[in-house]
Amino acid sequence: MYKGGQQPTIKGAQPKKEADVVVLQGPYPYRLSFYDRPPLYDVTIEDFETFALDRLRILAEIEASYARNRSWDELRTVTEAQCKKYDLWLSSNTARSQFIDLERKKDHLSHFVLRLAFCRSEELRRRFVKAETTLFRVRYEKDDTKELTQFLSSQDFGWEKVDPPEKATYESELRALLPNVGDKEFKDIVFYKVKWTRVPDLVAKRRVFLRRGQAFVPTTLQASIVFHAFETQLEKALERTAKGLPRLDEDTRIVPILNNLSQGFLAGVPSEWTNATPTMDGELRAEMVDGLAKKHFPMCMRNLHESLMRDHHLKHFGRLQYGLFLKVLGLSIEEAVAFWRKSFSSITDDKFNKEYKYNIRHSYGLEGKRANYPAKSCQQILLSDQPGPSDCHGCPYRHFAPDNLQTSLLTYYSNQGLTSSNLPEIMKTVKEGHYHVACTRVFEITHTSKGVEKGQGIGSGESVTHPNQYAARSRELEKPQEGGTSSDTAMVVG
Amino acid sequence: MALDSDNEVTPEVMLAFYRLLYPFHSLFTWLNQGQIPTKLFTQREFAFTLAGDVYLRYHSFMSAEELKKQVLAFNPTRFEIGPMYSARPKDRKTVRPSAFTPLLRELVFDIDMTDYDAIRTCCSSADICARCWAFIAAAVRVLDTTLREQFGFRHMLWVYSGRRGIHLWISDADALELTDEQRRALVASLTVIEGGKDMHKKVNVRFTKQSPLPPALWGARETLNDRFGELILRNQDCFASQEGWEALLRLVSDGGIAETLREEWTGSKISSIDKWLRLRELAKGSKSLTSAVFEDILLQYTYPRIDAEVSKHRNHLLKAPFCVHPKTGRVCVPVDPSRIDEFDPVKVPTVGQLLRELNEAGEGADWQKTSLKPYVDLFDQHTKGIMNEVRLAKMKASANDVQDW
Repeated sequence: MYKGGQQPTIKGAQPKKEADVVVLQGPYPYRLSFYDRPPLYDVTIEDFETFALDRLRILAEIEASYARNRSWDELRTVTEAQCKKYDLWLSSNTARSQFIDLERKKDHLSHFVLRLAFCRSEELRRRFVKAETTLFRVRYEKDDTKELTQFLSSQDFGWEKVDPPEKATYESELRALLPNVGDKEFKDIVFYKVKWTRVPDLVAKRRVFLRRGQAFVPTTLQASIVFHAFETQLEKALERTAKGLPRLDEDTRIVPILNNLSQGFLAGVPSEWTNATPTMDGELRAEMVDGLAKKHFPMCMRNLHESLMRDHHLKHFGRLQYGLFLKVLGLSIEEAVAFWRKSFSSITDDKFNKEYKYNIRHSYGLEGKRANYPAKSCQQILLSDQPGPSDCHGCPYRHFAPDNLQTSLLTYYSNQGLTSSNLPEIMKTVKEGHYHVACTRVFEITHTSKGVEKGQGIGSGESVTHPNQYAARSRELEKPQEGGTSSDTAMVVG
Repeated sequence: MALDSDNEVTPEVMLAFYRLLYPFHSLFTWLNQGQIPTKLFTQREFAFTLAGDVYLRYHSFMSAEELKKQVLAFNPTRFEIGPMYSARPKDRKTVRPSAFTPLLRELVFDIDMTDYDAIRTCCSSADICARCWAFIAAAVRVLDTTLREQFGFRHMLWVYSGRRGIHLWISDADALELTDEQRRALVASLTVIEGGKDMHKKVNVRFTKQSPLPPALWGARETLNDRFGELILRNQDCFASQEGWEALLRLVSDGGIAETLREEWTGSKISSIDKWLRLRELAKGSKSLTSAVFEDILLQYTYPRIDAEVSKHRNHLLKAPFCVHPKTGRVCVPVDPSRIDEFDPVKVPTVGQLLRELNEAGEGADWQKTSLKPYVDLFDQHTKGIMNEVRLAKMKASANDVQDW
């Protein structure tokens, strides 16, 4: 199946023998792998499919963890459990397990089968790379230190040790990178020089010292180089595979399996709030937005709405965040154009049609690449497209100064029952960085009259993870309670 | 600003400018990085803005002459330059969408005076004066040094944007090859001012509250420290108005001191300098008002505010050098970063002035006879540096080939 593919030579030759390190001969000397050699042996069609399915289950769990905002520790525990369930955790060399080679073969083969299934589109490649890199990282962090060193020396990462004189020259800079490290410890820390492009994540966080394009990376952050190398190698390999795939010398057995696999991956993560929901009570019209905003919108959207009403304008990311939210809320394209036209009252028709209408239609998938863009989730609002100096978008709980946040909370929600006595509690959670908790609490307070109690969140104790979820639940609560219609949301009617 | 005849930009003036003055050949060599047309030019996207805001994308040309011909035919108000794609942009409909992707692109930056509206006191929005240009000058100094010393770039071209900002184009081979991810990372490391309108403290760069400033910002700290007094206190007088000093006090971490100063300053006519000195004096006796707080204030008021979106993606378009700004009539000329403090946007030649000079120089004259000459020379000099390096790299590559052979 990999005819014509180049087989890279193995670098670094045989690892040196050390007293307490078990060196394995054979095709899989290490537990970790960069998957730089394709499997060149016969496999049964059953193994081909079942191995891949097992790996897919692990990757889907990783994706779900990201979607559910799990912490890294939780993700690691979950992934480790999944791996063990499907014999893909891989034993270390010292385990003396008779299955070492079998497990590693399964790992090797399943990885390459999934490459075939997921190389086909940019979207699939991106997701596959992210999930695989995470899996690699989880295994890496739990690897035996000595074996890890061996594995790393078998690869060429293009790093160079910073020699003592150079370390002394830049001592004050390097020390500033590690504020919590004492004098004695600092002596023992080794720095590596790599091209800065190999550690973009560390550069972005200013975690390395840069000089003439070289990044000085402390041992403690060395793993970043490894993960980034894994990621870029896999990206490149997938692109090569994508180019080669049309020439696959194929009988009719493999393609259906591959199709099946990639579909399974796509369906892996449920995304109930990402597509337009059918409206509950007839059509939503442009004129109704203002009323809804005052009753049902979470603070981020309320703030955008008020800014829009006040300034008769919103900057690009504000329009995007608010526009997609309204779309999912059920505003049709005609109504959306009407709403924005009305709101941008200080500009001419001509300017509106030229500069803004296209973007509105674009966000409804009627222009450009015609993609149906989902509304932004809390995670996206919190983490991507940070507001600049004169922007109004983002999450108020995170992006407002505390005193502005308090004033705005009172202005926006005091007629729904929020009083200044609630503020200390909200501000405390904000200070701790639990923005969604603060938002959920505001929801509870402002819906007390609908029978929502503290701790119930937006139903069954769930907290807010998507602005549309907040608005939808709020509207649902407002509907007359006709004998407890909605069965899935257990609710106390006060 | 009253428009005199020199500043007026009519279609006729633009056409004459493109026909007689625009340095197409210099632009070609700069983008192409050599005399013989390569993919760097032929697969490069050009986009044109025509009168009435008509926007035409995905044009590409085989030579400088062909580009000039098209520019004369369209007579655009301006044109923009995009990346080198994997195929010729004008043929993009004949290739598979996945086979048409941006490959190489200069690393570009855009600094615009509007991002400084919250702190500048002399002008607002589209206006600019020599006083607020000092913000741009500080930004140029910081970015120029940082990009050279930290990232090792060498071929950087600063271009005045024609009104109230400045662009930077980096043409090093390493810069052209950066992926979007790497561009994002680089921009993130250069973005210090964060948080929207409603966030008072916009500088949060420390690993922990009391840890030292990351070394990535040490160079900037040094440059800006020298300029803070002149720029913020004397020039802009940022803390004169109540709004101004209230903003400063919100950054003062010691509530007691902030309260004392609020009482002293309310209704007073104390100058920014004296207010600042008073604050420094009180800080000596305070535990929470450390030098870290002052470093953050320094950065918040003077650190470059770059328009990050422009730099993050390879396929972002940016106005070509030597275009004419339609509102001011000024030509977007290259600027020497070592003399940025002497640069006065008001003295940049306008298209009307250049055409007059050309007229006075007589028949057959070109830009050599006008005040555009020093700027084109600066541009050509810059290109020469790039071409030398390309040549060296090629020689090295062919030497390696011979060895491999």
